[in-house]
Amino acid sequence: MTRLVPDLEALLEPVTDGCSVAVPPDYSGVALAATRALLKRGVRHLHLIAVPQAGLQADVLIGAGAVGTLEAAGINLGELGLAPRFTAAVEAGAITMRDATCPAIHAGLQAAEKGIPFLPLRGILGSDLLKVRPDWQVIDNPYGSNDPIVLIPAIRPQVALFHARMADREGNVWVGVRRELMLMAHAAAQACVTVEEIVEGNLLDDPALAAGTIPALYISRIAHLPGGMRPLGFGEEASDEAALAAYAKAARTEDGFQQWLKGWLA
Amino acid sequence: MSAAAFTDEEQMAVVMARLLRGLRHVAVGALSPLPASAALLAQALDGQLQVTILGSKRYLKFTDGGRELFDCAAQGRIDAFFLSGVQIDGEANINLVGVGDYAKPDKRFPGSFGSAYLYHLVPKVILFRQEHTPRILVPKVDFVSAAGRSPSNVYRPGGPRHLVTGRAEFAFGERGFSLVSTHGGASAADIEASTGFAFERAAEVPSTPPPGAEELAALRGPVKAAVAEIYPAFASRAFGG
Repeated sequence: MTRLVPDLEALLEPVTDGCSVAVPPDYSGVALAATRALLKRGVRHLHLIAVPQAGLQADVLIGAGAVGTLEAAGINLGELGLAPRFTAAVEAGAITMRDATCPAIHAGLQAAEKGIPFLPLRGILGSDLLKVRPDWQVIDNPYGSNDPIVLIPAIRPQVALFHARMADREGNVWVGVRRELMLMAHAAAQACVTVEEIVEGNLLDDPALAAGTIPALYISRIAHLPGGMRPLGFGEEASDEAALAAYAKAARTEDGFQQWLKGWLA
Repeated sequence: MSAAAFTDEEQMAVVMARLLRGLRHVAVGALSPLPASAALLAQALDGQLQVTILGSKRYLKFTDGGRELFDCAAQGRIDAFFLSGVQIDGEANINLVGVGDYAKPDKRFPGSFGSAYLYHLVPKVILFRQEHTPRILVPKVDFVSAAGRSPSNVYRPGGPRHLVTGRAEFAFGERGFSLVSTHGGASAADIEASTGFAFERAAEVPSTPPPGAEELAALRGPVKAAVAEIYPAFASRAFGG
């Protein structure tokens, strides 16, 4: 069965209302064209999982009212500062916030990847995160004594959604050193990926590429969509700083954001 | 040298770089241009220091994705890290989450990022914040993203050791913060008036040694050039000369 689908509509079928969706940070390959397609379709109540942080994509989804729950270690617009629709939504109590710390999100996904219920993690003790995350438990290290350690439950996203450099027609996806994308694909029930390029041959046949390739086993759907991360950059391609600055400025107010969104979805 | 011969950022970078002397590996988080400058300055003056900077291509040698920094820290492979806060209190608790009630904050900030974890595991954590006011340096943070201290049974090879602001340097130890020096001739009484928590200090508090000629030359030469690749806006405004 081919995993290549003809359009975003087909790519995004698994992203239903209420779905849990894992997304990468702004530098790692954000599927923004797919995000726009989700908003055009009117997706609602997403449980968005930032791996482990997010920026523009999360802010736009939240501003558009598409997010019910957000799990993240941090949301901002990089050097452009606060993510204004995120901060406004939390201040208004408009979304359910599940605050985390970066390695806890990685650990939760690693537990899912291994098919185990939790992973223990050092640190965190004494943080108020433990108060607002009652699902994070503290036990005494069974291999030591009087050694408290935090347990992070597995995070099993229904969908991992990201943009990658290339895929082959077998459905293998090359991510290079961006191995958080591999972790996301391993942990999620389905991975939906937009790619810059479809290459001939099999990526796994070249040992230099194979190590950075997610095997088709973990990939559900691929759409060929060059520039699918714009205006964010990707690899050697720089971000469109003017477009990002225009967003940051517009999104400072609800009206400004709605104007921007109307233009983006047009 | 006149008081205006260097910028506040240069003074802070020099103070932080001096704290990195003799270390093997320092890591700098995303969106931390001042610590990046300090780390690169320390490297320029001591070629042995390995510098890892998140958000950089040139100074990021990891190949195992976002998790690797954290795994590396837990193994003791990172000697120093920098953290900041929207609030920092006298117990060295830091808050990166929000001001006011957590459930309905007056002002929400991005989030805790890796702080809750790295604060416990990296031996020398240097707190930094250019703004030195009672708004930032508070008696008690509204939300503890990462705790300054832990009970003795908690596994904790790391923690806060220093706090560098735009006006002063503090050390942190069992008795809390103590004032090490003040920048640019600020009086200890000035610093007390701008700090929302109590700290120890000697009767006579020295002035922070200003940037030396070698430090300034490195900062304005190779360090500025390297920082500009990651933080162009910061590089163009923060360095004098």
